Amino acid sequence: MTEAENIAVGLPPVRRAPVIRVVGLGGAGLQAVAHMVQSGLTGLTFAVAHTDARQLAQCAVEPKVLFGGGITRGLGAGGDPDVGRAAAEADVEALRELAKDQDLVILVTGLGGGTGSGAAPVLARAARDCGALVVGVAALPFDFEGQRRSQQAQQSLRQLKCAADAVICLPNQKIAGLLDDTTTLLDTFRVANDHLAEGVRGLSRLVTQEGLINVNFADLCRVVRGRQAESSFASASAAGEHRSREVVQKLFSSPFLDGGNLLAEAEAVLASLVGGPDLTLREVKHVMEQINRACENSQVVMGAAIDPSCTGRLAMTLIVTRRSTSDPAAAEEGKDQASAESPLVSEFPIEGGRNGLTLKEGNETVRPASRFVPPPPKLSPEQAQQLLAQQAGTGAVRRRQKQAKLRQGMLPLEVVSKGRFARSEPTLYRGEDLDTPTYIRRGVPLN
Amino acid sequence: MFDKSNKIIVGLEIGTSKVCAVVGELGQEGNLRITGVGQAKSRGVRKGEIVDTGAAVEDIRAAIAEAEQMADVEIRSVYLGVTGGHIRGFNNRGRHAIPSADREITADDVQDVVKNARAINIPAENHVIHVIRHHFIVDGQEGVLQPVGMLGAQIEVDVHVVHGVTNRLQNPIRAVKSLQLDVEDIVFTGIASSLAVLTPEEKELGVLVIDLGAGVTNYVAYVNGIIKHTGVLAVGGDHVTNDLAYGLKTSMGRAEALKIEHGSAVVGPGDKGQTIAISNDVGLPERSINVEHLRRIMSLRIEETLQIVAEDLETVGLIDYLRAGVRLCGGGARVPNVSRLAEQVFGLPVSVGRTKSISGLVSTLDQPEFATGIGLVKFGSFQVEKRVARGGWQTRLKSTLSRMLQGA
Repeated sequence: MTEAENIAVGLPPVRRAPVIRVVGLGGAGLQAVAHMVQSGLTGLTFAVAHTDARQLAQCAVEPKVLFGGGITRGLGAGGDPDVGRAAAEADVEALRELAKDQDLVILVTGLGGGTGSGAAPVLARAARDCGALVVGVAALPFDFEGQRRSQQAQQSLRQLKCAADAVICLPNQKIAGLLDDTTTLLDTFRVANDHLAEGVRGLSRLVTQEGLINVNFADLCRVVRGRQAESSFASASAAGEHRSREVVQKLFSSPFLDGGNLLAEAEAVLASLVGGPDLTLREVKHVMEQINRACENSQVVMGAAIDPSCTGRLAMTLIVTRRSTSDPAAAEEGKDQASAESPLVSEFPIEGGRNGLTLKEGNETVRPASRFVPPPPKLSPEQAQQLLAQQAGTGAVRRRQKQAKLRQGMLPLEVVSKGRFARSEPTLYRGEDLDTPTYIRRGVPLN
Repeated sequence: MFDKSNKIIVGLEIGTSKVCAVVGELGQEGNLRITGVGQAKSRGVRKGEIVDTGAAVEDIRAAIAEAEQMADVEIRSVYLGVTGGHIRGFNNRGRHAIPSADREITADDVQDVVKNARAINIPAENHVIHVIRHHFIVDGQEGVLQPVGMLGAQIEVDVHVVHGVTNRLQNPIRAVKSLQLDVEDIVFTGIASSLAVLTPEEKELGVLVIDLGAGVTNYVAYVNGIIKHTGVLAVGGDHVTNDLAYGLKTSMGRAEALKIEHGSAVVGPGDKGQTIAISNDVGLPERSINVEHLRRIMSLRIEETLQIVAEDLETVGLIDYLRAGVRLCGGGARVPNVSRLAEQVFGLPVSVGRTKSISGLVSTLDQPEFATGIGLVKFGSFQVEKRVARGGWQTRLKSTLSRMLQGA
């Protein structure tokens, strides 16, 4: 089935359709991909990879790759990302085969366990080496799965963000908000898989299907390539007379978009709209106007396609790329200490000009930039030794980075007192605290 | 109880800067006359909501006492203005299919469709303050004023619902009730202000009323004579003062005085380099304040506030329907050049609203700050008229008694 479709996708000789492969990694990825195959996603090829031979054997998807056999003996990674990573690194050639000759690799995985968390960054890197664009679709664990899993997931997400071109996150906990108390566990995971499938479907539809307003592969590349951004997605569909209004309302109320707040901070938005043959341009216009209005600061790439099976309905998938704010940026800048520190230094004179107190603090932050490795002089040599031993290797540099970042973020809080509104409920508008003087928020200098 | 004397209607606004009670007298012919005003400086309110009940109750008592003295009446009940950042307005549509075979719309159908429109999905802790009915839509034909007797398969109606958090609405009501005063009804202050400053023609043309209060900015948009949109932004004159106190490094009290004396919503070309010398407690010149900075800080804050309102109206798609422009009221409307700034932001004609169509203490009351108080009285007079028209319990009791007497 997969082979035949692969050929079908490649058929038109004039315009080569992008070759897309969905790779399910780890237990959750396996199930999600199996679900996608069942739900009839077309135009893509599938593959699965796992460290657990038994689970892999139960899965109907072909081809399947068992990796890390030498390390885990085919028994799974046991929830340890390090084992997962080692396994993937041992058999990286086999994984690379999966990504060979693909234009887009969609890596579907559940983070928090062993295989998914450990192997996903390795696989993403391998696929990128093969020249494919890599989009990770990652499910994050539920809160009840425990602190450790969520920490592992966060750590792995950071690594995956660095390794893949884009990561679409699906925090399972947010699904819990969609369901009521009586939903069975089975249904919950089915809904989670549905959402993963919907994300992949929207992504592939955006790229492969011809539409009224076409989005091609190059557009997707332009939006996600090199951004190392974290993305979210939301999908909704509506039918009936007011479907164009309803579909937008549903999207904006989706927990994955934080009630539409995410759109305001988005850098790029991919909007994939699918309707039946009765889809009117007015509806497309109406929907897109509202989307554009919600994300005025971002680049919106839209696609509108016709699917005969969608007659009378309107389905929309939004993929929202956020500016990668803290962590991936920090990791990148970590390589270049000077470039990371210099914006800090240059920003302080402006702040200091407003308030004498700030100047002092500014100087303190400037100091570490010149010498961050030697321990403070007050410590005795033994203490210093101890400290250095604790912060082994690059850890010291990392920590310094983190501190500097943190301080920069905190600064306005310490400087701008809210005066008489200090103890009242803050007035927030589009993420801004309106109680802070406008001229400070807008950075208008008074001199 | 049955005397035909004039009705006393009192509007009470517990604002962030002042508590204001306005006494109105509704004459036999339905003419409204303002007979008294009482005000007190408000100390227990932030952003339009009570934060210090004790202080607020004292201020209310002072304002009511002053109004009683001036109007020479005893105040028993008030129409209370409510506001706050928690208040929201939205539109909802109700549908009803006409069941009868001949497809004639009856009064029952109209009642049903309004009931459907009122069945709205708001959080359980919220309370609906107003439900304002729009025009009816019969089989897609819009703008039907009176559908009874028309033929149609489906009738729809839009309503505008204003709601807020029940507990936060209860606070001012409790404060008033603790003074042994009854609350006849609560009214969103934005709507009250609009009632005071608008004429029916303006409402018909489409108009936006912005009440620039000390704690909050309320706004109400009318299109085709009906309220289409309401909103509250918990930013007001207090924020301007606070910005000035912070930016000019001075006390709140002095910042307030500077704002009133030297403030402007627009930075003029002549402001550059001008300074004001301010003196300390003993009258010696202490330091000088740059006028340009003062006005720049004010201008940015007021501009931002107006921009947020403009954005909201653009989002709901009403900005193009405001053919009568924008009316400003509240203390913020007194800031010099605020109309000019608002014209730049909205691209519409802007003027300061005047309290029209009301008689009485005209010269003292035609100030933008009193718009809410007068509007509350006006709202009250509508309620009373409605009750009379419906035949209130007094009228009904009276007719019953007279019939009994005749029968006897």
